[in-house]
Amino acid sequence: MAEPIANASPMLVLQDVSKSFGGLRAVSGLTLQVERGELRCLIGPNGAGKSTVFKLIMGFERPTSGSITFDGAGIDKWPTWRRARQGLSIKMQIPGIYPELSVRDNMRVAAQYHVRAGEMDAAIERLLTRVGLAGMSSELAKNLSHGEQQWLEIGMALSVNPKLLLLDEPTAGMGPGETEATARIVENLNADGVTIIVIEHDMAFVRRIARKVTVMNLGRLYAEGTIAEIEGNQGVTDIYLGKTS
Amino acid sequence: MALLTAENTAFMIFVIFMLIYPSTTDEFDLLNTAYFMAITLMALSLAMIWGKAGILSFGQTAFFGIGGYLYGIFTLNVLGSGATWLGMLVGVLVGGVVAAVLGYFMFYGGVNDVFVGLTTLALTLVLQTFMAQTAGPEWSVGEARLNGYNGMYVPQISIGDLPLYGKPLYFLYFGLLIGVYLVLRWLAGSRWGYGLLALQENRPRTETFGYNVRLMQVQVFCLAGSVAALSGVLYASWGSYIDPSSMGLTAAITPVIYVAIGGRRSLTAAMISSMILLKLSQSLASSAPEYALVIFGLLALLAVLFVPEGFVAALFNLLDRWLFRRPDENARGSPGAPARSGEVSQHG
Repeated sequence: MAEPIANASPMLVLQDVSKSFGGLRAVSGLTLQVERGELRCLIGPNGAGKSTVFKLIMGFERPTSGSITFDGAGIDKWPTWRRARQGLSIKMQIPGIYPELSVRDNMRVAAQYHVRAGEMDAAIERLLTRVGLAGMSSELAKNLSHGEQQWLEIGMALSVNPKLLLLDEPTAGMGPGETEATARIVENLNADGVTIIVIEHDMAFVRRIARKVTVMNLGRLYAEGTIAEIEGNQGVTDIYLGKTS
Repeated sequence: MALLTAENTAFMIFVIFMLIYPSTTDEFDLLNTAYFMAITLMALSLAMIWGKAGILSFGQTAFFGIGGYLYGIFTLNVLGSGATWLGMLVGVLVGGVVAAVLGYFMFYGGVNDVFVGLTTLALTLVLQTFMAQTAGPEWSVGEARLNGYNGMYVPQISIGDLPLYGKPLYFLYFGLLIGVYLVLRWLAGSRWGYGLLALQENRPRTETFGYNVRLMQVQVFCLAGSVAALSGVLYASWGSYIDPSSMGLTAAITPVIYVAIGGRRSLTAAMISSMILLKLSQSLASSAPEYALVIFGLLALLAVLFVPEGFVAALFNLLDRWLFRRPDENARGSPGAPARSGEVSQHG
């Protein structure tokens, strides 16, 4: 893991952020700080508000109250495209690839605002190698396996040269081999200095990659600490088993 | 990327044919063909916005009408040798501005997909209804009487005091058609064109890559509106006349049918299909007018059911596989496929 830069401002700060959908309070008074170079896992039972937090960070939704700071700038009023151009990137829970385009064209669509035209082909090949899809650039995206589609999407998310990468359930639907490969990809990215937040249900995967874990429940921050601290927390276990609310 | 594709070959054959055609026929046919080219510009505008950006607009005829009427109003009021050319510019600009304003309120207001079709159809019908009641003498703009369904007299495009006619008119229309086509193909293969292709599949995802999706939608809507307005200008000048029926329901749906039958994802397919169907429509109008719309409706139905990429685009794909040994690209709408030549110069 890359060492956080000394005395630098945090990469991301959510300050007392809430989000309501009608009567439903999806996120409630959440304060969260992610340092530069961190690899943070965000866990919690279904309905805890994890994906909503990602939507708030990317600008798909606006907070009902509270503020979000990214790389030292207040981004509350920024549209999604502006956040993307400043270095925010996401691999969404629902696949966000373009199935009718080739792998190369998928990457190209993603990279156009971030890579110069003359360097495009080389950059695409480099990124595809990084996510384990070398030599597959001519394939139509819809013909890839589920795992390969997930990696393609990670590759697309990477092609914007992100400062902060949000991965929403990157191993969903993967077998053990694909999950292991995904873990290596995520670790390598983080080692290269990309700050990453991962939402994940697979605790073995979280144990494998995470240094710090944030637990959410019912829209609130429930616990935060190392993976050992979180796994030793009886309350967290109870949340997952549905014993507390 | 390969330049030798069925689509590019078809385009070259089309250009050569159109260049030779005037020396093989009479003036009546030339004027007829000029009329086809004027209307085909509207089909091109629809192929751009529908095929390349996934926005189905029934409003192209509204911009067509705006272009035609504005051209007439301007040229009837501003005399002088360059008035018709300036009028052409005014018609195109006003069509583009109206499209940009409507596009702004639609796309920044979150109107998308089928609701764009409904909104643009409403605009067309509102304009037609409004223009239909302008028969009285009170409906005039300076020297220009709007005249309701009696139609408005429109001066022809002229050089000096001499209206263009015959070959000069034919080649002016041909030059504009090919010029607009090439610009649209270049744009479709550019970074912007790739973005349009992406946003028609998944708007929120495309925005996460840094594309200002709503602005791009307004831009392409404005561009297509300008091209449709140019179509209206050329149509009005060609017949020295425009009336509200050019914005009616039938008029609004006709270009959609032409483009659907030919292939909306390929500008070349849409252009060639429109030229052929206009010719067919005119032939049927003299022999069996009652069947023209029925036949076109049937062809559109067959296309939707069995050849969704369009008959001409499907033919391009077949020829690509048989003659040029290239994969099926027109059907899946790769931005590079129907627009390769422009893309080559853009991205190498």
